[in-house]
Amino acid sequence: MKAGFIERSLRKLAFESDYASGAERIGAGKGLLQGVDPRVKVAGLFGLVMVAAASRQLPVIAVLFGAAFILALVSRIPVGRLAVWIWTPVLFFTGTVALPALFITPGRMVAALGPVSISAEGLHSAIMLLSRAETAATLSGLLVLTTPWPAVLRALRTFHLPVVFVVILGMTYRYIFVILQSAFEMMESRRSRSVGPLARAERRRIAASSVGVLLSKSLQLSGDVHLAMQSRGFRGEVRLLEDFHAKASDWVWLGGFAALAAAVVWWQR
Amino acid sequence: MKPVFELNEVHYRYDQVAAVDGVSLQIETGTRVALLGANGSGKSTLLRMLDALYFPDSGTIQFQGEALTADRFEDDALAFSFRRRVGLVFQNPDVQLFNPTVFDEVAFAPLQMGWKKDEVLARVDLALRQMEIVELRNRPPHRLSGGEKKRVALASVLVLDPEVLLLDEPTAALDPRSQSQVIDLLIGWAGTGKTVITATHDLSVVEDTSDYCYVLNRGKVVSHGTPGLVLSNTQLLAQANLIHGHRHVHPGGVAHSHPHVHPHNHD
Ligand SMILES: Nc1ncnc2c1ncn2[C@@H]1O[C@H](COP(=O)(O)OP(=O)(O)O)[C@@H](O)[C@H]1O
Ligand SMILES: [Mg+2]
Repeated sequence: MKAGFIERSLRKLAFESDYASGAERIGAGKGLLQGVDPRVKVAGLFGLVMVAAASRQLPVIAVLFGAAFILALVSRIPVGRLAVWIWTPVLFFTGTVALPALFITPGRMVAALGPVSISAEGLHSAIMLLSRAETAATLSGLLVLTTPWPAVLRALRTFHLPVVFVVILGMTYRYIFVILQSAFEMMESRRSRSVGPLARAERRRIAASSVGVLLSKSLQLSGDVHLAMQSRGFRGEVRLLEDFHAKASDWVWLGGFAALAAAVVWWQR
Repeated sequence: MKPVFELNEVHYRYDQVAAVDGVSLQIETGTRVALLGANGSGKSTLLRMLDALYFPDSGTIQFQGEALTADRFEDDALAFSFRRRVGLVFQNPDVQLFNPTVFDEVAFAPLQMGWKKDEVLARVDLALRQMEIVELRNRPPHRLSGGEKKRVALASVLVLDPEVLLLDEPTAALDPRSQSQVIDLLIGWAGTGKTVITATHDLSVVEDTSDYCYVLNRGKVVSHGTPGLVLSNTQLLAQANLIHGHRHVHPGGVAHSHPHVHPHNHD
């Protein structure tokens, strides 16, 4: 069996660009957002994500996406990294959700692909879905890529996010690649054991059981990681070497984020 | 002096398996103890209970005369004082290394203890030098080799200078050089007052690295004594799946009077 396109791309994503260590390098770099208090970034970028998610007009989303893109540039996040780590995966996952909307939404027909037709309304809702998802993901990416991970967790806790949630987020970030890797290993061993092409039903059955194994593997893994943290004194609060100190410039940033969010909301009134 | 650990009829089960099945034992302060057992004999589960990560379903575990119970660990002061004095190095370093850099990894425990910044920095420095990983300081731990990961994991626990060290298969899956480094550490802890409890199925390291052994089989202690005594009982070791139950002759006619490890080729 040949490896599928998605599988190959994901593998590339996981192994060649090693997200976690690359992200740490950018996070420690000397861009603009790197110098902003993590709490301000959490509040400001989260606000913009909410505004983007609630927005019903394409130009508004475009402005927010543009703002996110400019912030990425001044924070020296390479555009290639954004494409590989954020835009492509979001395109895959949201794309599969948006695709049916193209065909099943009734309305004025704009294009025909053989027996099926695409309506203007379908096209519009697919584009809205995708652009909102890409914008929200890029904004969240800005936070994660310009802030050392323990500081992100610490900042989330200052907003009283429950400990459990913070711990799960922490695990996911660190272990998503360990989990992806075991997924590939599983696929690989399946492929080497099976001779000839499998029936579609068989493939579906294997995929379903693989997901089950993977899920229980990752639960086991994150359970163990949590134990290892507890063993070294973790009691729910992450303590850092340097605690946060808001500077004058941080208040300016906070004001800036708030102004942008307010302007966008006012524009859509 | 009170024993460090005193276990009385300790039971622990996962859904379907009785992983630890009525273990009673006593570990004296300053001794190096080996928990010997094949895969699945319950070593890791026992170590996690000694580290108060799991609590017994029934039976009791006392640490320096005080019972380890989930209730008592609700108390922050007690928990921090225990975590400060007892350290566990997990078998799989991947579960133990979750920080962005080696420095952060080693600084994690002292920071959670609430130590002052200067002290944290000094202790981390010491631990990095002790484990000879100073040059790895700014590297992400999950990108290191197996041997390097193990040393980072050890440093991240040794940084607190715990009185009691729990090591889960510290020499498993290491290249020979890293393995002998770990073994040297274990040998070096003799007579330092540290209590070191090592879970292993590697008989070749037991004699040099422990003062006393417990042999586990299916969650039960089946034998205990000095390494010399335990290792000479080949019949028992075979029953516990720690050695093959067959006789063999080595090229050159070397005869061994005690069980030993050597490569088998079953293919
Ligand atoms: N998380 C778990 N869930 C269910 N069973 C487990 C779990 N961890 C260990 N076991 C089972 O408990 C028994 C003892 O395991 P363990 O303590 O890991 O032994 P050892 O460390 O000696 O290999 C084994 O039969 C193992 O399969
Ligand atoms: Mg084990």
